[in-house]
Amino acid sequence: MPSFSRIVLGLFCLLVAILLLAPTLVVIPMSFNGNKSLAFPPVGFSWQWYANFFSSPDWTTSFSNSLIVALIVAVVATVIGTLAAFGVSRAAARTGGLLRALLITPMVVPGVVLAIGIYAVYLDTHLVGTVTGFVLAHTMLAIPFVLIAVQASLEVFDRRLETAASSLGAGRLTVFRTVTLPLILPGVLSGALFAFITSFDEIIVALFITSPYLKTLPVQIYSSITRDADPTVAAVGTLLFLATSLIIIAGLLLGMRRERT
Amino acid sequence: MHASQPSTGAAIEIRKASKRYGAFTALNDIDLDIRPGEFMTLLGPSGSGKTTTLNLIAGFTDITSGTLEIGGKSVTGLPSHKRNIGVVFQHYALFPHMTVGKNVAYPLALRGIKGDERAKRVRRALDMVKMADFAHRYPSELSGGQQQRVALARALVFDPPLLLMDEPLGALDKKLREWLQLEIKRIHRELGTTFVYVTHDQEEALVLSDRIAVFNGGRIEQIGTGRELYDTPATLFVGRFIGESTVLRGSAEVSGDETAMVIGGQRVFAHGRLADGARPVILLRPERVALKRVGADVVAGENRLTGTIAEAIYLGSGSKYEVRLSDGTTAVARSPLGAADFVIGDTVDVTFLRSDLILLPDDASADVTLT
Ligand SMILES: Nc1ncnc2c1ncn2[C@@H]1O[C@H](COP(=O)(O)OP(=O)(O)O)[C@@H](O)[C@H]1O
Ligand SMILES: [Mg+2]
Repeated sequence: MPSFSRIVLGLFCLLVAILLLAPTLVVIPMSFNGNKSLAFPPVGFSWQWYANFFSSPDWTTSFSNSLIVALIVAVVATVIGTLAAFGVSRAAARTGGLLRALLITPMVVPGVVLAIGIYAVYLDTHLVGTVTGFVLAHTMLAIPFVLIAVQASLEVFDRRLETAASSLGAGRLTVFRTVTLPLILPGVLSGALFAFITSFDEIIVALFITSPYLKTLPVQIYSSITRDADPTVAAVGTLLFLATSLIIIAGLLLGMRRERT
Repeated sequence: MHASQPSTGAAIEIRKASKRYGAFTALNDIDLDIRPGEFMTLLGPSGSGKTTTLNLIAGFTDITSGTLEIGGKSVTGLPSHKRNIGVVFQHYALFPHMTVGKNVAYPLALRGIKGDERAKRVRRALDMVKMADFAHRYPSELSGGQQQRVALARALVFDPPLLLMDEPLGALDKKLREWLQLEIKRIHRELGTTFVYVTHDQEEALVLSDRIAVFNGGRIEQIGTGRELYDTPATLFVGRFIGESTVLRGSAEVSGDETAMVIGGQRVFAHGRLADGARPVILLRPERVALKRVGADVVAGENRLTGTIAEAIYLGSGSKYEVRLSDGTTAVARSPLGAADFVIGDTVDVTFLRSDLILLPDDASADVTLT
């Protein structure tokens, strides 16, 4: 029989879970609202907001903009962040610590401060409203996440395996490709995922450097919700929620398979 | 350089090699010649420079000064992956993301050996270490001893002329260690590859080696066969590191070609003399010592010191005694089965022949390092 304290603990966990999930769970019914209103609870049922998302060029372009930017950011930030992680973990302890602190600043500095700085520079360099501008800004924001994820796997990586590979005839690049990279791959992949989400999700800097010709999805959501109470945002939210859930479940399943082999 | 060469052992020639880390000298001017196909063991206490020497040969660290030739060619500046040397580490260092078969195939793949030839050689290497049934397992599914056998197969599968092993059995228990020692010895005999083996275990060194180089504080104290090191150690350190021994210290009187040493009022005579200025000590091997009842007949050339039995240990094959001498020194004696028995507290004569004594210059470092 479970003890009293276990029951209390269970209830408490349930409460926390509800608290964490509630905003998400509110969005789903709202996306099927029969009326053009963001009121909760919704009235009636319809798919029209989903139809609107897929047919309105405002929504589809901003979605594909976000996707393109986030994919490029994921690649660029993962490469740079992984190299940085190597630099940090293989430099002398003090140099490494200093480098790390420096590289992580974008995560610590308030987003608005960064946004203002980036905006000022972009005005001069004509990067406002360009894919390049978005990629540069978001890459900077994403690098710390990659750095942290990769560094964590480098910490548990046994460097003596590199020595062994070298004695067996592998040059440095081959050692990296055949031994180091496969073993830190989980860290690199989760870094890439973080980088993707950092960019895909990013709103503060995006609001500053956006233009009528280049909007990302968060910017579009924000302007839609401030302009008119359109439940399409709820439909978008639900779709994103589904997509991320699928990715995470796939990741978990993959992880379980790997553990069994 | 190419892997399909038949493996014949490579010679190693190290001349005046030093390795410094900043102000610290890890290896101080060592000379070491290893013959083709030889089993050479680097023996010494922890921190004496054995791994450093191995790392220099493998190319994992650069030599600070001196020369190093492998197979008659200088390897200065040649990176480790171009040296074609097999290395076995204490910590196995198998790739955890590859099966046993893939691990062993790894050096072959790097050398462009493909298909049937690769499969055949992997199989032969795994057969040699009796691990052929485990080719599809991952390293994490193997015991330490099994992992080390796979590591050995991986280090030998490309037929290197030289195999380096750094305390490969250090993490295994005694039974397994003894069995694997014999396996390694068998493999060495079958292949003709030069083996350089690092250990701090003198018994292991004696079991395995053709010759042993004894390291102490970044220097080589002596190089020789186990028998040479045991019977004629060059230094007190070597004498004490290899096998059991009793060290007798006292005031020495040199007359002609004979040294007499006064120990607790009794005189011990030894053949030979040391160079002027050196303070002599006498090293005694326990099986060269015979314990006799006080007053027994004196044999020609025999030394005797009187003492009291402090410890008597029955070993099955004989007995081991510790005898407290009058000056406080403890002498160790081993007597064969059938020799007279003594009990703790008996007063005995510790006797030994002059010719069995080993006269050596005293060396304080020999005591400190052996704790
Ligand atoms: N990378 C290094 N930096 C500084 N000192 C080192 C380094 N590697 C080894 N040493 C020192 O060199 C000495 C010899 O080390 P090593 O060859 O590993 O000894 P052994 O293998 O005989 O135990 C030790 O005192 C060790 O602390
Ligand atoms: Mg060592």
